[in-house]
Amino acid sequence: MARILSMKDAINEALDLEMRRDPTVIIMGEDIAGGAGAQGEEDAWGGVLGVTKGLIGKYGAKRVMDTPLSESAYIGAAVGAAACGLRPVAELMFLDFMGVCFDQIFNQAAKFKYMFGGKAQTPVVIRGMVGGGFRAAAQHSQMLTPLFTHIPGLKVVCPSNAYDAKGLLIQSIRDNDPVIFCEHKNLYTHAVDVPAESYTIPFGEAAISREGKSATIVTYGLMVHRALEAAETLAKEKIDVEVIDLRTLSPIDLDTVIESVEKTGRLVAVDEANPRCSIASDVIASVMEHAFKAMKSAPRAVTAPHTPVPFSPTLEDLYIPSAAAIAEAVRGTMK
Amino acid sequence: MSNNPFPLPKEKLLEAYTKMKTIREFEERLHVEFAKGDIPGFVHLYAGEEASGTGIMMHLEDKDRIASTHRGHGHCIAKGVDVNGMMAEIYGKVTGSCRGKGGSMHIADLSKGMMGANGILGAGAPLICGAALASKYRGDGGVGITFFGDGASNQGTVLESMNLAAVWNLPVIFVVENNGYAESTSIDYAVAVDSYIDRAAGFGIPGVTVDGTDFFAVHEAAGEIIKRAREGGGPAFLECKMVRFFGHFEGDAQTYRAKGENEENRANKDCIKIFRKRVGGAGVISDAEFEKIDKAVMHTIEESVQRAKKDPLPSAKELLTDVYVSY
Ligand SMILES: Cc1ncc(C[n+]2csc(CCOP(=O)(O)OP(=O)(O)O)c2C)c(N)n1
Ligand SMILES: [Mg+2]
Repeated sequence: MARILSMKDAINEALDLEMRRDPTVIIMGEDIAGGAGAQGEEDAWGGVLGVTKGLIGKYGAKRVMDTPLSESAYIGAAVGAAACGLRPVAELMFLDFMGVCFDQIFNQAAKFKYMFGGKAQTPVVIRGMVGGGFRAAAQHSQMLTPLFTHIPGLKVVCPSNAYDAKGLLIQSIRDNDPVIFCEHKNLYTHAVDVPAESYTIPFGEAAISREGKSATIVTYGLMVHRALEAAETLAKEKIDVEVIDLRTLSPIDLDTVIESVEKTGRLVAVDEANPRCSIASDVIASVMEHAFKAMKSAPRAVTAPHTPVPFSPTLEDLYIPSAAAIAEAVRGTMK
Repeated sequence: MSNNPFPLPKEKLLEAYTKMKTIREFEERLHVEFAKGDIPGFVHLYAGEEASGTGIMMHLEDKDRIASTHRGHGHCIAKGVDVNGMMAEIYGKVTGSCRGKGGSMHIADLSKGMMGANGILGAGAPLICGAALASKYRGDGGVGITFFGDGASNQGTVLESMNLAAVWNLPVIFVVENNGYAESTSIDYAVAVDSYIDRAAGFGIPGVTVDGTDFFAVHEAAGEIIKRAREGGGPAFLECKMVRFFGHFEGDAQTYRAKGENEENRANKDCIKIFRKRVGGAGVISDAEFEKIDKAVMHTIEESVQRAKKDPLPSAKELLTDVYVSY
């Protein structure tokens, strides 16, 4: 049975289903229940935006652990527990806070399997918010997906809708490698049909969000929606755009991308991240390497500028790639 | 005024009251303006905590540096940052302290020794060790104060900095502004030691705990440890126990609080009321004098809001400026 569910509720449901199914799944994070030690209500917050609300009532404080504000310690503890047989899902409220605890993720979690000669596995999920549009300024708005994607050993997921979020999160929890699960804060209330039962979406399988023949847009996360908006505009100009939602950035589904470019001969890569060493530049480089002969024009990238995220709404709106900028880039490839 | 029982001359008492009142009205006004939907982003209010920032900052000069937190408006005002620039910043205007690029969580004015509010908990502690190192290196007598909440007191950066400051004998004061909560989580859950003095002792740093709703208690304790640090005596730890009047951020329903807690705080733990009662009761500042300040403060705040609303937004080219010094 499918219902219309927001991405926030779909994530909650994925956690709920996996905690019910597998007693080794525990979740932890700052205020993920909230009210710990206080005299008011238990589960006072359920996460800063309510994503984990209700889970402590179902699974208790033994499996839904509020943490002190000590990211190095509790993210590292999640990694360590994962290496010792649990399946922790640790929330790092804003993935910008990765700066505080990155060692535990990229020098520890990401390397255990390889460094220990294959004799370890680290099935941890680090989930948290990414992206702009909240007027949350430079330290709470970043799209750091390229940083995570760069690290061998980490898997990186960034869903664009509630259906994918549920299936990909369940897959992330069952997956035996460390996963960085990036939730765009501006998609939490976005709702689509989501089946009530459990299902997984395999990693490394992009979705074709819109089929088209004249040009390919490759993107992920919130930008999928901007790309679809651009495609609508372009359809009126008889430009028939294909939109590919990567869904997982590591592993990345290059086959689907290349197949599409071989059909359209035109490529626009869209990324909310900063431009240098980005997902967009990575996609373009791979396509040039593998499908150069199919190209009818030079590929284009539409990304945030090479600046921190500004606070002022007028500047932030310019910072985040717009549907208009995407449409203009596609037009550019048609010339 | 010959019979002033306080350790500060009258003009300093007037200054302290003006600062605390300015902070209070700044925050009360933001609470109202935020509810109207005029203010973008996250706003964390310092109302109820004024005596801490003010009591400490009364001892500081521009050469002394502070590193603030996400709840930074009070520290800014107490350190002398321009109120109009702050208000404009919070509204995202180009006339703001950071040209609208930082917002509430990143207000800074290095010329005033204000090294920035901070969106990353605990991030100010290592930075202020650096500020103190620079002062010590130059021998300019400057001290560094790092503020953090009870929640952020658990950050590795804070704990590492305490050891570093002790090892290098830096003129740093670690100030935990203990309002009992980190977002919705109580300090009783998140901090294992009963006393921060014990924690500081573990790092070889002297600690003192004061009632942060009592301006004079904060002022006195801060005075001693700041003087000691200035004279080369090394770091110290100060705990100010206090209450926050509003939610963690604007929009917080505060269901984690005990029933009647906010009312009780407003009634009995209001540092400004407490100050006024003591100083007024001793006959050092008259009601008329207090009211005159109140009026002037209301005017300052009103003007800052009117200006901020009218001020221009940053132009598109601002997006790309000031990423580097040169590139
Ligand atoms: C490294 C990091 N982790 C988490 C957060 C999210 N956060 C912002 S304020 C806050 C609570 C801080 O509590 P406390 O330190 O007691 O300060 P208070 O808000 O009470 O002034 C949290 C968890 C953050 N900004 N930075
Ligand atoms: Mg606190």
